Amino acid sequence: MTLSTTATIFLQRANFIDACYIVAFSMFIYGMSGLTGPRTAVRGNKIAAGGMLIAIIATLLTPHVWSGSSTPFLIILGLVIGTAVGAPAARNVKMTAMPQMVALFNGVGGGAVAIIAWIEYRHHFASGLSFWVQKSEIPTLFAAIVGSISFWGSNIAFGKLQEILPGRPIKLPGQSIINLALFCTCVASAIILAAGVHSQALFIIGILLAAAILGNMVVLPIGGADMPVVISLLNAFTGLSAAATGIALNNTAMIVAGMIVGASGTILTNLMAKAMNRSVPAIIAGGFGGAIAAPAAGSEDRGPVRATSPQDVAIQLSYARQVVIAPGYGMAVAQAQHAVRELERALENKGVEVKFAIHPVAGRMPGHMNVLLAEADVPYDLLKEMDEINPEFSRTDVTLVIGANDVTNPAAKNEPGSPIYGMPILEVDKSGSVVVLKRSMASGFAGIDNPLFYDPKTALLFGDAKQSVSEITSEVQGL
Amino acid sequence: MSTVTEIAILVLAAFVGFEVISKVPNTLHTPLMSGTNAIHGIVLLGGLLLMHEAHGVLEHGLLVIAIAFGTINIVGGFLVTDRMLGMFKRKPDLPPADQPEQIESGDGKP
Repeated sequence: MTLSTTATIFLQRANFIDACYIVAFSMFIYGMSGLTGPRTAVRGNKIAAGGMLIAIIATLLTPHVWSGSSTPFLIILGLVIGTAVGAPAARNVKMTAMPQMVALFNGVGGGAVAIIAWIEYRHHFASGLSFWVQKSEIPTLFAAIVGSISFWGSNIAFGKLQEILPGRPIKLPGQSIINLALFCTCVASAIILAAGVHSQALFIIGILLAAAILGNMVVLPIGGADMPVVISLLNAFTGLSAAATGIALNNTAMIVAGMIVGASGTILTNLMAKAMNRSVPAIIAGGFGGAIAAPAAGSEDRGPVRATSPQDVAIQLSYARQVVIAPGYGMAVAQAQHAVRELERALENKGVEVKFAIHPVAGRMPGHMNVLLAEADVPYDLLKEMDEINPEFSRTDVTLVIGANDVTNPAAKNEPGSPIYGMPILEVDKSGSVVVLKRSMASGFAGIDNPLFYDPKTALLFGDAKQSVSEITSEVQGL
Repeated sequence: MSTVTEIAILVLAAFVGFEVISKVPNTLHTPLMSGTNAIHGIVLLGGLLLMHEAHGVLEHGLLVIAIAFGTINIVGGFLVTDRMLGMFKRKPDLPPADQPEQIESGDGKP
């Protein structure tokens, strides 16, 4: 009896809890640094997960956490529901659906932040702690606004990626003015609340609502091609709001973890925006992916395109020395990654050197192509980043473009009038010949015509990417 | 803890985050994103800490949702990252895959 009491006192000491939090966030940092290489990454992720477990256990050992008759039941209920929903979803999701999944997980995180900020606000005002008003009010209000934006924005992103909502931009007239007004409403309400006003309960709901509408309005006008930027931005938002909640609750683990996510999301957002040669504000302002309809007229004077057959492509590939495969979102849509892997094997058996050219924004989230090809067992050392592969194209006999469009568009280099002018591209047009696998002559998500298709050394193979690749593979094997 | 200390921790964490994450190669950007995504599920701790202070059905209900959301974020995020990372393999896997074919053809001849 005495022994267990002593143990309880030791465990409930604030110092012990704080020490656990320090261990936890050290493990997050150490785990994340493991992600710098594929070999250490699996372990790094497990270490970070271990850190999370320690942080949760430490929190559950905090004094008073279990006090109250219904508290233990409600806490366990929440944990059980969360595990029951999260675990099967993570196990069963297809790799092609990864962007949606990440958007959804990000959304629920943002939702949790918004709810916690709201409760925090309600509760502390009820108890009338003047100290709290000075210290925690600003971070709490920040968390409420950003968490709510993140929740709704992520849900819209999920809807677009899952194709529940149309992927094309949805725009209202005067959209940017409305967004600005909503943003000002949030900030102004926050300032009024911080200055002290009588109807607090009303204002905090107003803030959450305005931020919710803002979250919807900001993501709705963004086209499918800009999704990598949006997802990383929303990830950063949720991280920052979690860090703000950590300040409000005096919790070091939350501060450090939230801020690391904020930093990583910011880095990724900038990388993606740079890879598209666009500024983050311009993407948020929306109206790119599909809004430019005018250049369609230009397609007529481009001249004819040359269509080819799987047999011809197979012969071309089999007698090449080096083949580069440039995949894009079309490969993901057609679920063609396994067929592509088969083709790569067949060509390697013929002594052809095969490499993959991965554009940073190919797909619907940063690094999406790498995951799909890794799923299909393509060794990651064959996957070449843009800067690494571009000098190789001049030594490449055939480049196979599978479901990629804008990231291979030479207009980005040659036509100063093009909307994507200046965007770094895969310079596939420098290779000996190019074969483009396409469903139809429709232009890419950016709605921009691609001069690559009209290049005399380009041949187009129309049809479903998976079927086309399989046909090429069986032809190659038959040669 | 004073607010200044907390902001100092915040700023230092930002620098550590930038330092660690900027070394991650493009290849691993999707797992990086889902991994960091799992980490911000730490907001779950907020839900756990506030539950005993909650009053009424609304607050209790909302906190159960918040805890469930945070748990989905953590459990789902780490599991999906683990699944993805398990798929990344290096090229040395290839030669063994080629050898059986040679052996088979060798067996076929005699």
